[in-house]
Amino acid sequence: MTGFLVKRFLQALVVLFLVSIIVFVLLHMLPGGPARAILGPKGTPQQITDFNHQQGYDRSLPTQYFMYVKRLFTGDLGDSYKLNSPVFELLKQRLPKTLLLTVLSTALAVVIAIPLGLLQAVRRGKASDYALTGLAFLLYATPVFFLGLIMIILFAQVIPIFPAEAPQGESIGELLKDFSGLVLPVVTMAFGIVAMFSRYMRSAVLDNLTEEYVRTAMAKGQSSRRIMVRHVLRNALIPLATLLGLYLPTLFSGALVVESMFNYPGMGLLFWNAAQGSDFPVLLGVTLVVGIATVVGSLLTDILYAVLDPRIRSVA
Amino acid sequence: MTSAASTTAPVTAPGHEEAAQATPSLARRTLQVFTGNKLALTGVVLLVLLLLFSYLGPLLYDTEQTHTDLSQANLSPGTDGHLLGTTDLGYDMVGRLMVAGQTSLEIGLAAGLLATLFGTVYGAVSGYFGGWVDAAMMRITDAALAIPAMFLLVVVAAIITPTKGVLILIIAAVAWLSPARLVRGEALSLRNREYVQAMRMMGGGGARAVFKHIVPNAIGTVIVNCTFQIADAILYVSYLAFLGLSIPPPSADWGSMLSAGITYTQNGYWWLIFPPGIAIVLVVAAFNFIGDGLRDAFEVRLRK
Repeated sequence: MTGFLVKRFLQALVVLFLVSIIVFVLLHMLPGGPARAILGPKGTPQQITDFNHQQGYDRSLPTQYFMYVKRLFTGDLGDSYKLNSPVFELLKQRLPKTLLLTVLSTALAVVIAIPLGLLQAVRRGKASDYALTGLAFLLYATPVFFLGLIMIILFAQVIPIFPAEAPQGESIGELLKDFSGLVLPVVTMAFGIVAMFSRYMRSAVLDNLTEEYVRTAMAKGQSSRRIMVRHVLRNALIPLATLLGLYLPTLFSGALVVESMFNYPGMGLLFWNAAQGSDFPVLLGVTLVVGIATVVGSLLTDILYAVLDPRIRSVA
Repeated sequence: MTSAASTTAPVTAPGHEEAAQATPSLARRTLQVFTGNKLALTGVVLLVLLLLFSYLGPLLYDTEQTHTDLSQANLSPGTDGHLLGTTDLGYDMVGRLMVAGQTSLEIGLAAGLLATLFGTVYGAVSGYFGGWVDAAMMRITDAALAIPAMFLLVVVAAIITPTKGVLILIIAAVAWLSPARLVRGEALSLRNREYVQAMRMMGGGGARAVFKHIVPNAIGTVIVNCTFQIADAILYVSYLAFLGLSIPPPSADWGSMLSAGITYTQNGYWWLIFPPGIAIVLVVAAFNFIGDGLRDAFEVRLRK
């Protein structure tokens, strides 16, 4: 177990290093370099030289990378030059809100996907299985913003029961107070996830149904309901934890679209606005933080997986 | 040695016609399973219809799609012979859907194929050589996967002005990761097969192993994944358009049409929203249906 954890931890460190390299390379891909991006098109050559010297951009690339990482460790992600605020501060306000949206949607999606996948597996090859499979495909094929648009047209215009705009609060508590405003963003994002998860649940349950322990349980005369719930479902749920870790980048992408769609004040909206205004410090800061969150998240799910499933520990 | 490779290579692999002749029943069975799959057939029919609509359509239904005509803007369906009305710039909606379909399909196909090609070679090399080469190459894919595709796409599209070629390149640049990992998995098991080891003992090099043995044997996985890649690429094009990063007008793709329609949600101009939205859903679903059907067909072939 310890060996597995150490190895996995070192791997995550290497990946984190590479993520920082990717963002560093993107920083240098900016048209005219970071100086031009920050001083704008009106910056004179003298100003650019001064800026480059002051910020150390005239040093060698490895030195610059070293300085970049050193700044990261002090929490310095640069300053937004549209919002006049350090990127770190902006993220501190926005990240919890994105996490709230992601956690609520994922929870809702899991609650819908588990019975759906189970039903499909039990009714395998029957009309209801085909209908649900086709529906899951259509849902998967629908861009999240089209889904959100349909939701807005249906539930904010035709039958006006929910607001089309997400709540605008400073804190999570304020967001939760305006719960009806959260409904459309959360449901939209959850639907996008359900399409992926229910297909996974269906095949995981089908795989488990052919296992020997199911035959043993049947031979012992257990009811099929008991076999499904006590044995098959429990075993199919373990890899779902890993799946959540694996889908973290997809979840963040989904949050980006849903937040821009419903004007939800999270990290995705911050990022979207930054893209519209070419606010590169924000764009790269958010990209880096999302990358780090994904690496840490998948490390945690792998550890969780090892704790839940003894077979992984012994193999490693 | 070649025969060993050919019998496991699917009949669709280019340069393996002799294999197709040697095992006609295998080819027929694969085809049978595919055509027996109703969803897969639906996918093929849908795709053919959408291709005909986008490429043959403009020849039969000629409309002005370059110059705007504001006097004809936002007409509702049926007005002045415009079947689905007109856009906010006065373009005929049906004609616009045809032209936009060409862009969406071309970017999707090109990006999907490019990503598959690069990812396959990358994964085959990584898996075949193994050891530290594999470890290093896979950590690179891990790092690239850690940054969500949408974020990377937006940053790159904000740096470079999108054209058709740029969109194809940047979508392929985030999409090659999944075929790379899949093929690497296959290569890891294929490298230890007897025929690969025999070839190595006879002095065959790494390039020969990768291109003559690993890639042809993983072709089933590659083709299936490619159809999913094309579907995802078309979705990415639409997402980029929604985020405001599409090819500038008068060019259009289904995603940019849909995003343009969002502005008019409050006005009830449904014809600006649903036709392009449904077109995206149909084409992405079609590729997914086909991919799923192909996967089942190839699996039967492996179980033979």
